Amino acid sequence: MTDNKLLEVEHLTMRFGGLVAIDDLSFTARKREITAIIGPNGAGKTTVFNCLTGFYVPTEGRLTLNANDGPRLLERTEGFRISRNNGVARTFQNIRLFTGMTVLENLVVAQHNRLMDASLFSLAGLFNLKRYANAEKEALERAKFWLNKTGLYEFADWDAGNLAYGNQRRLEIARAMCVEPSLLCLDEPAAGLNPRESAELNLLLQSIRDEQGIGLLLIEHDMSVVMQISDHVIVLDYGKKIADGNPEAVKNDPAVIRAYLGEEEDDELPPEVAQDLHLDPKAQ
Amino acid sequence: MSSLLTSSRLTPGEIVKELAFFAVLAVMMSVMILGVETVDRPTGLELALRWDLVLIAICATVVGRLALIVRREHLSRLLQAILIVISALMVFEMFVRFRDLDDRWVSPVTFDMATQSVGRAIFFICLIAVVFAIAYFSASKGRPTGEEDDTKKISAKLQVVYRTNTKKIGMFGIAFFIIFPLIFGENRSAIDLATLVMIYIMLGWGLNIVVGLAGLLDLGYVAFYAVGAYSYALLSQHFGLSFWLCLPMAGLFSASFGIMLGFPVLRLRGDYLAIVTLGFGEIVRVILINWYNLTGGPDGIASIERPSFFGLADFSRRVPEGVTRFSDLFGIEYSSMHRLIFLYYLILILALVTNFVTMRLRKLPIGRAWEALREDEIACRSLGINPTNTKLSAFAIGAMFGGFAGAFFATRQGFISPESFTFLESAVILAIVVMGGMGSQIGVVLAAIVMIGFPEMFRELAEYRMLIFGAGMVAIMLWRPRGLLSFRDPTILLGMSKKEKVAGEKP
Repeated sequence: MTDNKLLEVEHLTMRFGGLVAIDDLSFTARKREITAIIGPNGAGKTTVFNCLTGFYVPTEGRLTLNANDGPRLLERTEGFRISRNNGVARTFQNIRLFTGMTVLENLVVAQHNRLMDASLFSLAGLFNLKRYANAEKEALERAKFWLNKTGLYEFADWDAGNLAYGNQRRLEIARAMCVEPSLLCLDEPAAGLNPRESAELNLLLQSIRDEQGIGLLLIEHDMSVVMQISDHVIVLDYGKKIADGNPEAVKNDPAVIRAYLGEEEDDELPPEVAQDLHLDPKAQ
Repeated sequence: MSSLLTSSRLTPGEIVKELAFFAVLAVMMSVMILGVETVDRPTGLELALRWDLVLIAICATVVGRLALIVRREHLSRLLQAILIVISALMVFEMFVRFRDLDDRWVSPVTFDMATQSVGRAIFFICLIAVVFAIAYFSASKGRPTGEEDDTKKISAKLQVVYRTNTKKIGMFGIAFFIIFPLIFGENRSAIDLATLVMIYIMLGWGLNIVVGLAGLLDLGYVAFYAVGAYSYALLSQHFGLSFWLCLPMAGLFSASFGIMLGFPVLRLRGDYLAIVTLGFGEIVRVILINWYNLTGGPDGIASIERPSFFGLADFSRRVPEGVTRFSDLFGIEYSSMHRLIFLYYLILILALVTNFVTMRLRKLPIGRAWEALREDEIACRSLGINPTNTKLSAFAIGAMFGGFAGAFFATRQGFISPESFTFLESAVILAIVVMGGMGSQIGVVLAAIVMIGFPEMFRELAEYRMLIFGAGMVAIMLWRPRGLLSFRDPTILLGMSKKEKVAGEKP
C-alpha cells in the first residue's frame, strides 16, 4: 500500500497575510485512484491546487510527489518546472485555453518541453532535421490519441475558442494529459456541464484512471460526479480537513453535513425568523 | 437624433431638422478654420474674412448630408449621385479658393476650369463622370439587406482566395521584388525608395516576432536598430572590421540588448510593458547623444565604410592599390548604380532571411510557445512552458533582426546620428505591424509600402500628403480595425485542408 502513494501532503499551511487559507492539511493521493477534494465555497480547495502546481509557495508543510524515479518535493520546485520535471498537470476552474489557436495546436503546445528538447533550441527544427521531425510526428500521434479519447477529433482544426463549452472543458483535460503527467489535478471539470456531458466526463475520468494508471485529484461541487467516480474523498472547511474516507463514509459524516447545511441552531434565531425559514424554504 | 438615423421614412420636417443640425455643425467647424485668415499687409497683420469659404462649406455639408439621406432611405440613385457630384464640386471649389487668396464671387473656379480650354473641359467632365459613376454604382440596390450581403460575400470570397493562396501571393511578391531593379535599373530614386521600404519591411518582420507572435507590446524597438547601426559603425571605425564580419556581431549585440531589456519587464504586460520599452528606447538614444567620446554625440559618426562585394571587389570608382573594382570583376562598364542595386539585393536577402526564419520558428515549439504565451501566460506555466526563456527568446530574436537592419542602415547611409533613432521611428515600425495585421507577414509588406512608400512617392503634394495619409489611417482603422490582413494561419492542420478551414470560419 505504501508504494502506491503518489502524493503525500503533510501539514500544508498557506497564509495570505492574516488570512489562513489552508490550515495544517495532510492527506495522501494514490496512483490509479481518483481523490476528490470537496468543501463549501472558500474552503481553500483551489489554494491547495495552486500550492501543488507551483502557483503559490506554501507557508508551511511538505508536498511529496512519488514520481517513477523517486520522491520529489513540490514546494521546492519553481512554478513551471512542476509540470515540466515532476509531471503534475492541471486544469482551471475558469477554462484557460489558447482560444486563438486550433484545438490541435493546443495539444501540441502542451508537449512543448519534449519537442523543445528534440529541436535543440530550435536549431534542429530550423533545418528540419530528422530528430525533430520524428518528435513532431510522435507529438501529433499523442495529440490524435487524446482527440479520439475526448471525442474532439472532428474539431481538431477548429479554433479552440469556437468550441462549445463542454468541448472546451474536455479539451482542457486532453491538453493536460498531453503533458503526460503522473498526477492530474482537475479544478471543477463538471462545472457548467449538462447531465449527459457530466456522465461522459465521468467515463473519461475513469478511463484515464484505469488506462493511464495515474492519480487524479479532483475538485468538484457536482456531487453526482464526486460520489460516482471518486475512490477517496477529502472534505475541507475553512482550510481545515474535516473528513477523509470513501464516498459513502463521507456522505454520512455529521461534520460534513454540518459544514454543508449549517449547524442546527434554530433555537438561537429569533422565533419569527426561524418560522419563516421553515415555512417558506424557497424564499431567498 | 437616434430616431432620425434609424427610421426608414422621414417627414420633410425631420429632414430639414437633420440638415439644419449639420449646417450648424459645419458653421462651427468652418468659421475658425476657413472663415478667418491673417494676411500680411504692408500696414501689418490683418484679419481677412472669407465668408465665401464658410458659405461653400455649409452648402457642401448640407448637400452631402442630403445625399446620405437619399442613400439611407433608398430613394433614387440618380438623385443621390447628382447630389454627391455637386457636393464634391463644392469641396473642390473650396480647396482651390482656400489656396488662392483673391475672392472670386463672380466666377467660380470650377466654372473657370470647365470653360478655359477644350482639354481642361474634357478633363473636368471626365472627373465629374468618374465621381458620378462611383456615386451611382456604389448606391444600395433599393432594398436594405441586399447590398450588405453582397459586399460581405465578396470580401469573404477575397479572404478565402487570399488565405488559400498565401504562398503563391508571397512567391509572386518575392519575384516582383527580385526583378524590381531590372525594371527600374536606371532610376536612382526608385531603387533608393525600394531599399528604404525594404528596411522597414525587415524591421516590421522583426518586430512582428515580439508584438505579433509573443504579444509583447514593444514601443522601443528602434533601440535595437540603433544598437545594430552603432555596433557596425564603431567596430568598423575603431577596429577596421569589414561589414560582413560586423553584420553577425551587430545582430548579437542587439540580441543581448534585447535580453537586457527583457529581464526587467518579464512581469509586465500591455500598457506597463509599453511604457518601459518606450523608456528603454529613449535611454539608448540619450546615451548615444551624451556619450560623446564613444558615439560622437549629436554629431554622429560619418564616413562609415561601405560594404564590399563579399570581400571580393569594391564599388567605388577609384579603388586603392590591390583592390578589385566591381565593374572590372565582371568586366562591365562602371556605374554608380551598381552599389545601389547591390545594397537593394542585400537588404532584400536580409529581409527574406528574417521572413523565412520567422515563418519556420512559428511552426516550431518555440514559436507555438510564443503564441500560447500571448493567449494565456498562466496556462503556459501550468503546461511547463518556461515563460522567462520564452519571452527573452522573443525579445532577443526580434532584436537581432533589428540589429541586422541597423547595420545595413549604417552601411547604406555612411552616416548615422541619434537623429535617426527617435521614438517616431519606433512608432512607425509598430504602426506597420499593427496596420498590416498582427502576425501577418504579407500584411507587414503592404503596410510598409503604404506607410513608407506612398508618402515618399507623393512628395510633390507637400503638406497635403500628410492629410491624405492621416485620412487613410483613419479609414483603415474604421474598416479594418485589426489590420489589413488580420488572419491567423494555423501552424499545423489535421484532417482539414486549409481551404476548408478558412471557409468554415465565422467571419
